[in-house]
Amino acid sequence: MNVVVCVKQIPDPANPGRLDPEAKTLVRQGKLILDDSDAYGVEMALQLVDAAGGGEVTLVSMAPHNEVSGLRTALAMGASKALLVSDDQLQGADALTTAKVLAAAIRRTDPDLVLAATESTDGYTGTTPVQVAELLGLPSVTFAKRIECDGSTVRVERQTEAGFDEVECPLPAVVTVTAGVVEPRYPSFKGIMAAKSKSVEQLTVADLGLDGSLRVGQEVTDVAAAQERQAGEIVQDEGNAHDRIIQLLDRLKVI
Amino acid sequence: MTFDNVWVLAEAPEAKPTSFTYELLTKARQMGSTVEAVTWGADVDAYAADLGRFGATRVRSAGDLGDALPGVPVAAAMAAAIQGGDRPDAILFPQSYDGRDIAGRLSARLDLGVLTNLVDLSDDGTSEHAIFGGSTIVRARFTGDPPYLFLVRPKSFAALEGGGASPEVVALPVPDTGPLNAAVIKQRHVEARSGPKLDEAPVVVAGGRGLGEASNFELIEELARLLRGAPGASRAIVDAGWVPYAYQVGQTGKTVKPTVYIACGISGATQHMVGMKGAKHIIAINKDREAPIFSIADLGVVGDVHRVLPRLIEALKSRS
Ligand SMILES: Cc1cc2nc3c(=O)[nH]c(=O)nc-3n(C[C@H](O)[C@H](O)[C@H](O)COP(=O)(O)OP(=O)(O)OC[C@H]3O[C@@H](n4cnc5c(N)ncnc54)[C@H](O)[C@@H]3O)c2cc1C
Repeated sequence: MNVVVCVKQIPDPANPGRLDPEAKTLVRQGKLILDDSDAYGVEMALQLVDAAGGGEVTLVSMAPHNEVSGLRTALAMGASKALLVSDDQLQGADALTTAKVLAAAIRRTDPDLVLAATESTDGYTGTTPVQVAELLGLPSVTFAKRIECDGSTVRVERQTEAGFDEVECPLPAVVTVTAGVVEPRYPSFKGIMAAKSKSVEQLTVADLGLDGSLRVGQEVTDVAAAQERQAGEIVQDEGNAHDRIIQLLDRLKVI
Repeated sequence: MTFDNVWVLAEAPEAKPTSFTYELLTKARQMGSTVEAVTWGADVDAYAADLGRFGATRVRSAGDLGDALPGVPVAAAMAAAIQGGDRPDAILFPQSYDGRDIAGRLSARLDLGVLTNLVDLSDDGTSEHAIFGGSTIVRARFTGDPPYLFLVRPKSFAALEGGGASPEVVALPVPDTGPLNAAVIKQRHVEARSGPKLDEAPVVVAGGRGLGEASNFELIEELARLLRGAPGASRAIVDAGWVPYAYQVGQTGKTVKPTVYIACGISGATQHMVGMKGAKHIIAINKDREAPIFSIADLGVVGDVHRVLPRLIEALKSRS
């Protein structure tokens, strides 16, 4: 069984960079890392390939400047190889453009299953995986909290507003996973060493045959700091802090 | 940009439109001259009047979808209508499970961009997006031709009645989508909970990993009951299996805007705060004075939840 995992390499959320209001952009600092939410898809893919008794996990990513440090983390977890699309004309790409690029890269492989996170930690867009599915002409199941595969069918527990649905879907298909679907492994030392020599194929928009077909129909007009809530009073509990809470609830007429 | 005709994706599980749907209808009414609702299900006639009360003058129904997930059929039906010449200027989608599926599918099908995670939309079509847990606001706008697809976060707009007569219900035919629509729902599971709904309760009492163990969530439930509120949770304890996902507050859970939010043993990760920082008043109990949750709390108690909560519960009980 061959599984493609779409992974995003993002600035470290603990140090996301600073705003440049002049340029209306975020000035990013430091190396990109593997988006935490993608570690779940990578782990799920490794377990599914294992359970199927063979096959490989291929990573597909789009990132500026041929950035590979996040991919190396996923390769160290056990993925076999990666396709990386980097191109200056992709700067400021919206979700649909990103989906077109990922779909074109995925077409070069022949996966039984495509996994992605429900949304990225930095962009929160959350539409890219279904856009990829539509472009590839595949069915999709989003928000999987449990996945099983039997070679021709994938069975998913899909999160819903009320609880969850058991959904069945023939392969190939696109499935998005929530955190909690599996516990991602930490790369072992051996894995980290092995990852260094794994193949990362670097592609441009022209390589994918998408030259001239990408246009972004939206623009950022402004980036600004939000009005922050102010911190109020902080009290140390000396055995009677609950009285302070009750006073406040009283004042707010909640009790 | 003028929005003469705005469509709203209306979700109505169990034949009752969600409050989220009413929020979007209200916004659409304020921005466009004609508001139409797009919906699906076996019993659209039963709730069409509700959509009308909030401003829909026409309801387009994709009908009973059976065991299919709504993403593919509803998007294909909307795409066919739009290609057939019914072009709205904008479509508002709820940023919900199915809302995202439908918007994403429609976007790719018609080669239209989509702006997601909206928290506001001004009359000139400029959208506002909160990123980094709401600490940064990005404004954006479409540059191409409509229809413009907007995915909106819950609780971004108030839900206010203001409509007219019952809207007409028209069919939104679903074209054949072949293998795209091959996913089938085999069984639906409902995780029951009692008391007020998390995203509508005036008081939310939320617990996090600081509770120590699953059984201590009873303290949260009891406090919520005493305050006639709803219990909520951080993702850490949802992932740990202490409480069902329906309790989760945050970026990938519910967005809540209660009068009072009481965070107990929750650190205040940006993904949590984005779901609750719209609360009118925030009370936090955490033993770590440096916990980020204190930076947005009106009252922060540096203390142990295992001490503060039982005393708070006792004190409330003795008042009543
Ligand atoms: C893509 C993505 C989406 C996410 N979506 C969400 C989301 O929707 N909602 C969400 O909540 N999280 C979300 N998260 C996870 C989030 O980043 C945090 O991991 C999570 O919110 C932490 O939960 P917590 O505060 O309960 O646990 P912790 O961060 O572990 O905090 C526990 C807190 O309890 C305090 N504490 C410990 N013992 C005591 C005691 N005895 N008394 C008082 N205080 C005590 C500690 O000081 C600490 O501050 C998401 C993460 C990602 C990557």
